[in-house]
Amino acid sequence: MAVHLGRRGFVGGIAALSTGLWSASPLRAAAAMDFDEARHLLSRTSFGATPAEIHAFEQFDYAVAVDRLLGNVRRTAGTPAPEWLNQGPAEVRRQQQAAEAQRKDGVDGKKLEIVRPIQEQGRELKNWWIEEMLATDQPLVERMVLFWHNHFTSSMLKVRYAPALFRQNALFRREALGNYATLLKEVARDPAMLIYLDGMRSVARQPNENFARELLELFTLGEGHYTEADIKAAARAFTGWSVNRETGQFVERPGQHDDGEKTFLGKTGRFGGEEILAILLAHPRTAETIVQKMWLEFVSLKPDPAEVKRLAADFRRGGYEIKPLVRAMLLSPAFRDPANRGALIKSPIDLIVGSVHVLGLPVPEKTGLVRMLQGLGQVPFDPPNVKGWLGGESWITTYTLLLRQQFLRRMIEATTVASMEGGMMMAQRPNRRADRKQQLPADDSTMQMQMAERRPVEGRSLRNAGVEVRLGPTLSGVDSAALVRTLLPRQPIDSVDISGTPGVAVASAMLDTAYQLK
Amino acid sequence: MSRILLLVELKGGNDGLNTLVPYADAKYRELRPAIGVPRERVIQLDEKVGLHEKMQPLMDSWKAGDLAILQGVGYPYPNRSHFRSIEIWDTASASSQTLNEGWIAQSFQGVSLPKGAGVDCIVADTNALPSTGPELRTIVMQDAENFLRQAQNLKDPKGMGDGGNPALRHLLAVRQEINAAAAGLRDKLRAAAAPAEAYGQEFLLGRQLDVATRVITSKVPVVAIKVALGGFDTHANQAPTQERLLAYLASSLATLRHNLMAADRWNDVVVMTYSEFGRRAKQNASAGTDHGTAAPQFVMGGGVKGGLHGAYPSLHDLQDGDLKHTVDFRSVFATVAQGCWGLQRDYGLRQPQKLGFLA
Repeated sequence: MAVHLGRRGFVGGIAALSTGLWSASPLRAAAAMDFDEARHLLSRTSFGATPAEIHAFEQFDYAVAVDRLLGNVRRTAGTPAPEWLNQGPAEVRRQQQAAEAQRKDGVDGKKLEIVRPIQEQGRELKNWWIEEMLATDQPLVERMVLFWHNHFTSSMLKVRYAPALFRQNALFRREALGNYATLLKEVARDPAMLIYLDGMRSVARQPNENFARELLELFTLGEGHYTEADIKAAARAFTGWSVNRETGQFVERPGQHDDGEKTFLGKTGRFGGEEILAILLAHPRTAETIVQKMWLEFVSLKPDPAEVKRLAADFRRGGYEIKPLVRAMLLSPAFRDPANRGALIKSPIDLIVGSVHVLGLPVPEKTGLVRMLQGLGQVPFDPPNVKGWLGGESWITTYTLLLRQQFLRRMIEATTVASMEGGMMMAQRPNRRADRKQQLPADDSTMQMQMAERRPVEGRSLRNAGVEVRLGPTLSGVDSAALVRTLLPRQPIDSVDISGTPGVAVASAMLDTAYQLK
Repeated sequence: MSRILLLVELKGGNDGLNTLVPYADAKYRELRPAIGVPRERVIQLDEKVGLHEKMQPLMDSWKAGDLAILQGVGYPYPNRSHFRSIEIWDTASASSQTLNEGWIAQSFQGVSLPKGAGVDCIVADTNALPSTGPELRTIVMQDAENFLRQAQNLKDPKGMGDGGNPALRHLLAVRQEINAAAAGLRDKLRAAAAPAEAYGQEFLLGRQLDVATRVITSKVPVVAIKVALGGFDTHANQAPTQERLLAYLASSLATLRHNLMAADRWNDVVVMTYSEFGRRAKQNASAGTDHGTAAPQFVMGGGVKGGLHGAYPSLHDLQDGDLKHTVDFRSVFATVAQGCWGLQRDYGLRQPQKLGFLA
């Protein structure tokens, strides 16, 4: 039995699924990979992996595969930037006020829908990033951008100025696998951050401690390694770093800066922001904070304190270069330990973006996906608070687990019928402007797309379409056992049926609780 | 003694000044020339304040003495962002503090609840933050039948090993929790009688109160239920929107009272409204109001001591154009924790204010 697997051609047949299948294979040459190890590496460094992607990696020596992931890093996004990128905050505010003024009550007492630029730009910004996550050929970069977004949080709900958040995202992208010291220094001057944590309002006669507090607690040292007096000193040092209200760019206002003497973490001087950051970067806790977080992101829910210290020391000594840290982590025994396969819980973005990618579902409009992410608790550009998403076990509650199953079921229903558009919109919020806009063709080409689009048809879902099931190009031609092994990081929790059609296998694997793991 | 707390979140920031109107204060007319509620449209509760006439349906409860109105509730260093301010309320945090656990869950730290029912809190809207935390088993359930059906798809994982994988252990525990809740709710909810009087269905709150009523009347032993009414963020042309919402809220709560009395459960429930903030004292240029601070809360129930509680914030002593709160919301929570669950809690306040609205 041989299965066709994309460009790589034919691979040997996979034996019938047994509980032994996921157990560690006997050690071969130290660096050699097998399907499960390639799958593991990709599941942590991308948003879902297709059989072809896994097989393409399986051929490499493990260390070579890691270097390929880290080589030729692109520092800009491929998806074109939204067109409002160069609007200043004053201009956006003026447009917003004009739109608000037009929002009168309609006949039925409901608000007439007027496009409000802040909300609309926020929607486009979120869709833009989801688009990039799905389109990118460098998912590891995308994961790191998301990691830095969750570390140096800023949210559209507070910032209310999408161009600044777009530029912050571009910064995270530039330094995704670059240098943490550079990133920290640039974030401290980043307009979105200055708005989000009130730095722009922080002046000598009334320093605002918000940024200083989070800088110490979340971005560098972590709780318990500083005092309230250190926060006050740091807040004074950053006074005068602000945002130009017309252009939205960083501006330094020397007249607002407190240039008096400060004592910060035992050092005394007439410190400005730069000096505070230098002191923090010299502190060993800073690297440990980052490594600890990165462990939770890449390796497991239980960081090994000795390993964290080791990696952090190298990270600091190496001048905070991020790429060597990620490389060391991916090569670490803990990462490669088969016990850590399936030991992380998929984030909502892992689940939704990953499933769309693996199923190869065409999703022309991303608003429906963002809305799913909202239900599951992870809207990009809108972290819940300054701590970001807690992640780990907190992703799964009784509510979100049922909602995850519901969304997966919806994807499974949509899989055999091409586009998810139309069928994927959340039913509880009908008639939103964004949804309506999709149904209004802008020109002939979109009109044709609309015409050609097939709607989900009752009785043709993955689960019950029988032999007629048509998987997308990412999964077609792969046998049931291999599909289940692609989709699940470990043995299924419930019984997964591999004797039936591939469609049934995919459906039951995606609805298995093990699918929530990566 | 144990009572169920029924929390009613008013999303968007309800304008307290046009809900409980300081009709006798000339400053009120001055601040709100266009959108102030005229004196003849105010139901006077005393010589200074009165309810918006659209809240007439609540007057039975007021006259019976089981409606308490808490005036001027807020917190120091108010935050005017919707998402941050509701988080401050829901986690009973200080303005400068970020907590992850909800205040109801915090209340039950160190308390062991009977596990028999399989569920401790039911959230019928989508914001479960107040009851989020390891102490409570919370189910979000807008529609009981739908929840039960979904739970059925996730079979009980009993006996399945997690192989020492903590992530999997958590997933299986949550599955178990869903199944336990479904088992505890299934028979009772399917057997529950329809509420004596149907709720209006113009807003989702009606459906949510229907779920809440069935949970309460079928005696599922939960500690709290949460519902919500949205749309209070009235920056422009406020009056028609807010009036429609207040009228709907008042009639829905009156129906709830009627239904729970008919089922002999009114003494076992405390209904409490809250909102992330009130609104700016001065109206804005679009006949609306912007985000503000303190506002009144309504508390109802058979065990509630009706009347006005706390002091109305002064319109002559504003801070940056906003009302200064007179009651800290954490003192309200402390009173509720004592009155509903017999728990002494301070939610980080050194000395919670004694408020007499709940014995």
